[in-house]
Amino acid sequence: MSTAAAALTNTEIERSTSHNATIFLKEAKYEFLKNLRLRVYTASVISFPLMFYVLFGLVLNAKEAIGGTGVPTYLIATYGTFGVMGASLFGTASGLAADRGLGWLQVKRASPMPPFAYFTAKVVLSMIFSAIVVSLLLVLGISFGGVRMPLGEMAKLLGTLVAGSLPFSAMGLAIGYFAGPNSAPAAINLIYLPLSFCSGLWVPYMFLPKLVRQIALALPPYHLSQLALGIVGAGRHESAATHWEVLFAFTLICLGVARIGFQRDQGKLYG
Amino acid sequence: MIATLEETPSLQRAGYGSVVASLEGISKNYGEVRALRNVNFTVGAGQVVALLGPNGAGKTTAVKLLLGLLQPSSGKARVFGGDPTNPQKRMRTGAMLQVGRVPETLRVREHIDLFSSYYPRPLPLEEVLAAAGLEKLRDRKFGDLSGGQRQRTLFALAICGDPDLLFLDEPTVGLDVEARRALWEEIRRLVERGKTVLLTTHYLQEADALADRIAVINQGAIIAEGTPAEIKAQTSGKRVRCVTTLGLASLLQIPGVIDAKQDREAVEIRTSEAEPVVRALLARDASLSGLEITSAGLEDAFLALTQDNGENDNRRN
Repeated sequence: MSTAAAALTNTEIERSTSHNATIFLKEAKYEFLKNLRLRVYTASVISFPLMFYVLFGLVLNAKEAIGGTGVPTYLIATYGTFGVMGASLFGTASGLAADRGLGWLQVKRASPMPPFAYFTAKVVLSMIFSAIVVSLLLVLGISFGGVRMPLGEMAKLLGTLVAGSLPFSAMGLAIGYFAGPNSAPAAINLIYLPLSFCSGLWVPYMFLPKLVRQIALALPPYHLSQLALGIVGAGRHESAATHWEVLFAFTLICLGVARIGFQRDQGKLYG
Repeated sequence: MIATLEETPSLQRAGYGSVVASLEGISKNYGEVRALRNVNFTVGAGQVVALLGPNGAGKTTAVKLLLGLLQPSSGKARVFGGDPTNPQKRMRTGAMLQVGRVPETLRVREHIDLFSSYYPRPLPLEEVLAAAGLEKLRDRKFGDLSGGQRQRTLFALAICGDPDLLFLDEPTVGLDVEARRALWEEIRRLVERGKTVLLTTHYLQEADALADRIAVINQGAIIAEGTPAEIKAQTSGKRVRCVTTLGLASLLQIPGVIDAKQDREAVEIRTSEAEPVVRALLARDASLSGLEITSAGLEDAFLALTQDNGENDNRRN
């Protein structure tokens, strides 16, 4: 039978589970390679939190303590949160906005790629880079800041912060669906930097003005940073469950917004 | 069966011509803009069909509807008898679209590897690289490629899954003459293997060189359809050039004159039949000089078809 004749029969081609797994793995692998080679991404996402940490945690305040916790330890939790946010927002939003706005996502959508693989790859990328940032902060703190932490505590801190990448990846997908390809990085910074400040990631929570402290309670990064601080014994002793619930609800809201954008794209022309 | 397939003239091939993709009464509006107006169009198995038209005619919109990237305002797009958004159908199609930016830090072979993984029976990497003329560029990052090399990479992504139906949207834009010919060869080879190709182009020469069937599209409507020979016959005309004292307005009143324009010291007249026009010209202007009659080229045929669109809105073949 010729191929032309085969074109007429209605043979359904099912992809096996292992084939689907291969697609997801390759999508994630190339998403990682793509961004690893993108100096704008690696430089801003990894070096900014590290630079801040070195300056404020190791050079300036290394001998100080906040509520009984050494500054170098305290700041691993807060700059860790800051780093996770950056890796996740930039890992999802700017790539998605560019892919959408400049036609590449259409090429992928025209192919038999499972759409979920595309999004999963971006989330996995965000988690990997989050893990890298937090690990490097720990290495710096232990090597130069005299940070001492049991191994289990370190693993818990790393795991919590990496899991905390999910709400911000969801937020990034939502931004990526509503920002233009060129304005996305600016839009991210406009949200990312004020959010970080108001959540006590730069200046510890108790030193913030009263009004900002009240705002912070409504901000997702505050809740992630409190979870991280709780692990190193510097939290405000609020219920961890509440923090997780806030982050979970925030994730759902962002995914809902992203879904609206996704569906809007299905019937609309870009590029 | 491959050997016999190659020996069989394409017209006798099993299944040849049966519809694999169609637009049925399709209209597509973007707000006020009517990108497509009641378009009916089919692509038969084993054929190369060219959608020919100027920029903004609606070619890309037609392709995107067939790829399920756009929803029609009315009408239905079908691929392999079903909804083009169906993943099952997408496993049998490949597409080369016009794209603003492709991830630049991935290498050519990495892009191909990823797209191949989406398909159930992809072609071997070496075969894809050879078909797209990318053997020497396999390790090059996309961002370091020239415009033509980028086009070839996008072509590679379209064919790597060995699809039965291939959509090529302006595939040779930005290619030099040599690369264009090479791509044409590759498209012919795909058709020899029984593949179906829908390509859009604004080069008449390209449609003529490749297509079994051409549909001329302008301002969202198909204004002519047929084999390349039929299209050319339908629009064949003559060009009369002369130096005359007659004004353009009076020239346009001569029966049979389609168009007249000043070209330096002479005028150029387009007509379907030269003799009666020349007779009339000589009768009206005894001082006429520098008379030349030439056959209108393909470009003129195309221009004639697209420019008359206002009057021939609903003309169909």
